[in-house]
Amino acid sequence: MEPTTKTETLDIEGMTCASCASFVEKSLTRTPGVQRAVVNFATEKATVDYVPTQASPASLKEAVVNAGYGVVERAPDTSAADRQAEIDQQKALAYQKLKRRFSVAVVLALIIMPLSMLMLWPAMMARVNMQALNYVLLLLTLPVLLYSGREFYVSAWNGFKHRAANMDTLIAVGTGAAFLYSLAATVVPDFFTRRGLMPEVYYDTTATIIALILLGKVLELRAKTQTSAAIRTLMGLQAKTARVVRPGGQEVDVPIEQVQLGDLIVVRPGEKVATDGLIEAGHSAVDEAMLTGESLPVEKKEGDPVFGATLNKTGSFRFRVTKVGADTMLSQIVKLVEDAQGSRAPIQRLADKVSAIFVPTVVVIAILTFVLWFDLAPVEARLPLALVNFVAVLIIACPCALGLATPTAIMVSTGKGAEHGVLVRNAEALEKAYQVNTVLLDKTGTITRGEPAVTDFIPGKGQSVGQLLPVVAAVERQSEHPLAEAVVRYADAHQAYSLPATNFRAVEGKGAAAHVNGQVVLIGNFRLLEEAGVSLAPTLRRQADELLAQAKTVLYVAVDGQAAGVLGVADTIRETSAAAIQQLQRLGIEVVMMTGDNPQTAAQVAGQVGIKRYFAEVLPQDKASKVKELQAEGRVVAMVGDGINDAPALAQADIGLAMGGGTDVAMEAAGITLMRSDLQGVVTAIALSRQTIRTIKQNLFFAFIYNTLGIPVAAGLLYPFFGLLLSPMLAAGAMALSSVSVLTNSLRLRGFTPLKN
Amino acid sequence: MDTAEIIVTLSGLGLAAFVVWYFFFSARQTASAVSSSSGVQEVDITVKGGYSPDVIEVERGKPVQLSFYRDEENSCSEELLMPDFSIRRDLPAFKTTLVELLPDKPGRFEFTCGMGMLRGSLVVK
Repeated sequence: MEPTTKTETLDIEGMTCASCASFVEKSLTRTPGVQRAVVNFATEKATVDYVPTQASPASLKEAVVNAGYGVVERAPDTSAADRQAEIDQQKALAYQKLKRRFSVAVVLALIIMPLSMLMLWPAMMARVNMQALNYVLLLLTLPVLLYSGREFYVSAWNGFKHRAANMDTLIAVGTGAAFLYSLAATVVPDFFTRRGLMPEVYYDTTATIIALILLGKVLELRAKTQTSAAIRTLMGLQAKTARVVRPGGQEVDVPIEQVQLGDLIVVRPGEKVATDGLIEAGHSAVDEAMLTGESLPVEKKEGDPVFGATLNKTGSFRFRVTKVGADTMLSQIVKLVEDAQGSRAPIQRLADKVSAIFVPTVVVIAILTFVLWFDLAPVEARLPLALVNFVAVLIIACPCALGLATPTAIMVSTGKGAEHGVLVRNAEALEKAYQVNTVLLDKTGTITRGEPAVTDFIPGKGQSVGQLLPVVAAVERQSEHPLAEAVVRYADAHQAYSLPATNFRAVEGKGAAAHVNGQVVLIGNFRLLEEAGVSLAPTLRRQADELLAQAKTVLYVAVDGQAAGVLGVADTIRETSAAAIQQLQRLGIEVVMMTGDNPQTAAQVAGQVGIKRYFAEVLPQDKASKVKELQAEGRVVAMVGDGINDAPALAQADIGLAMGGGTDVAMEAAGITLMRSDLQGVVTAIALSRQTIRTIKQNLFFAFIYNTLGIPVAAGLLYPFFGLLLSPMLAAGAMALSSVSVLTNSLRLRGFTPLKN
Repeated sequence: MDTAEIIVTLSGLGLAAFVVWYFFFSARQTASAVSSSSGVQEVDITVKGGYSPDVIEVERGKPVQLSFYRDEENSCSEELLMPDFSIRRDLPAFKTTLVELLPDKPGRFEFTCGMGMLRGSLVVK
């Protein structure tokens, strides 16, 4: 396989002639890892294909500089938020315009309707000149047609030139036919009377249809803005400025676009974190709910990562910028949600096929309706009946409802997911999650925290926790071993006072020793004590054996040659795991666990969280085959992992869920990324997918049923049996409501709340 | 059947046949991408009641830049969807919107408006 290449465009400065360009080109081409470099003298740009592992934008820049030219740092593109703001503004203008067109249509239709009905009132009819009335109606209808309805005709014509037909085609042909017929009846009524026909006009029909369809459009546009509200909220989270510490020490507020990698930024209580970075000094609690959905603030101290757009609560701190612009967590979330919203759900396939042929098919049905009515209806009424039903068929058909059914639901739900820290890669992933009946959990890092913690602290005879803990912690603070870190965390959590330790010595594979308060302290495994000739009192030995039986790691402590206590260390189960697993089971999903632990430990953990089936002693490379095993049983498997060595299993599963802080590789392989390290996210993802697909199914059902019932009724199918005909005005009302109903149904997903315990 | 009925029937059927032929079977406008000096395949597309050209041929493995100029305000065309590339873009009226993608497998990939009424396709060779 050839390595994947990246393409980078550089703006070169200082090139004065074409030969300079070839010089830069040569220099770039000679840079290791560059596969191809093209320099365009006219545009002053270099386009370079390179292998990311061997070259980087920095090495490319160096090559240009070595050739004696410069690279202009490109001005940052207008931010996504700005672009969105511009589009929003344009949409708002379009909405205003649409409302104006609608108002004109509605006012005129309200005048035209009663005027047309005069004809149904014999006493009035005798007094009014029909001919004159028709001209008045014509004058009133013209603005509706030419101003309010203009766009339908223009769009239908533009589409026709492209051999494309859309909803506007149907409306244009329908209202156009009614209007032209009425126009003829108004201008040349004799033509009709001579053939024994009443010169009837349909101005009310024309005006009402346009008014109603515009009403539908107004409602639709309003609802559609809400479908993308979530992403707009996300974009709006971006901080506008950052307080950068200059090398001299003074603090300056700069626009976020000017913040660069390596800048030091100060964040005070109540302020937004400007961008992603690592804390260098200070500590605080940070509200990360906007990114992870975690409602409790997260404690942050030196060395911890912070993310742009999160909110600093209590303390102030300084952090070093590690990511800016499109690389930040927030931008990546926005990108992921945008991508998901642009993807297609397999469930949509049928609707897509239907809408591709929908409009021309409806036109054909309308023409056939006209012909049949003309041929079969009584001679004196055949033309108006044929016309009315022709128009009704065109108007009632609603391809929009079909087209909106799936994407609007996907848009609302992916946005909603992001709000709760569930990032869906694409619509297909959502659909897969819906079908899942088995969830396979990789124990470490999902059910458990994936890091050791002290679970038991047992002081020996004559010792107390209060005495011994500070002593133990003093030694372990010097050590870098993960177990030592667990002890230090435990000590910190119990607010043990700190003591100085001297003569620290790490004993490879066994533990550590140091002097504290003038005493020699040993901490480590049994062999450490054994070799130092320390013996264990029987009670302490029994307690240690109990811990070992619980599959815990035991640390032994000796002070001045006397055994002083034992500590049990284990990977602890997250508090939320058992509840989340129970919720999954209540959703009808079988939860299976896999782990590298021995069967006893596995059984114990499984028992604690209520899992009945588990795989123990699974080697990392066998994880994917366990997924396959479950799939072979006919199950649709969701694999949940923390991304450390389970990328193949995530990819093998029908749907992979990578858990918070997961590696990039895992996020690539996963259909769904959970921002929070918590199994609750799995429940949220599955519940959301179920509600979304249910909504889509309702939408599709409604859209299909609406059209398959509406069109035959409009064609007059009920007439021979019940004498029922559908007025084109009613058809317009139904059509306007149908797409709004679908949208409204999708918007119901905004009310989605994750299951709570 | 009187004369009027015969005329209506025949012209109705004729019209229906024309609609079927015109929208489903007549030839489409095809365009091939032009490769720029930097190796990017560029295509300009006008959006006005449809996409012209509506069949775009590009080569596999080279980046493609599609410039969509939306020459109308009609709301039908305000969104562009390229589901195979996970792209959903708003096309502002009377502006050019750039869409960049990398076609890595051959095939015919449809792009449509937000409601799937306007259609075009990207043919990757």
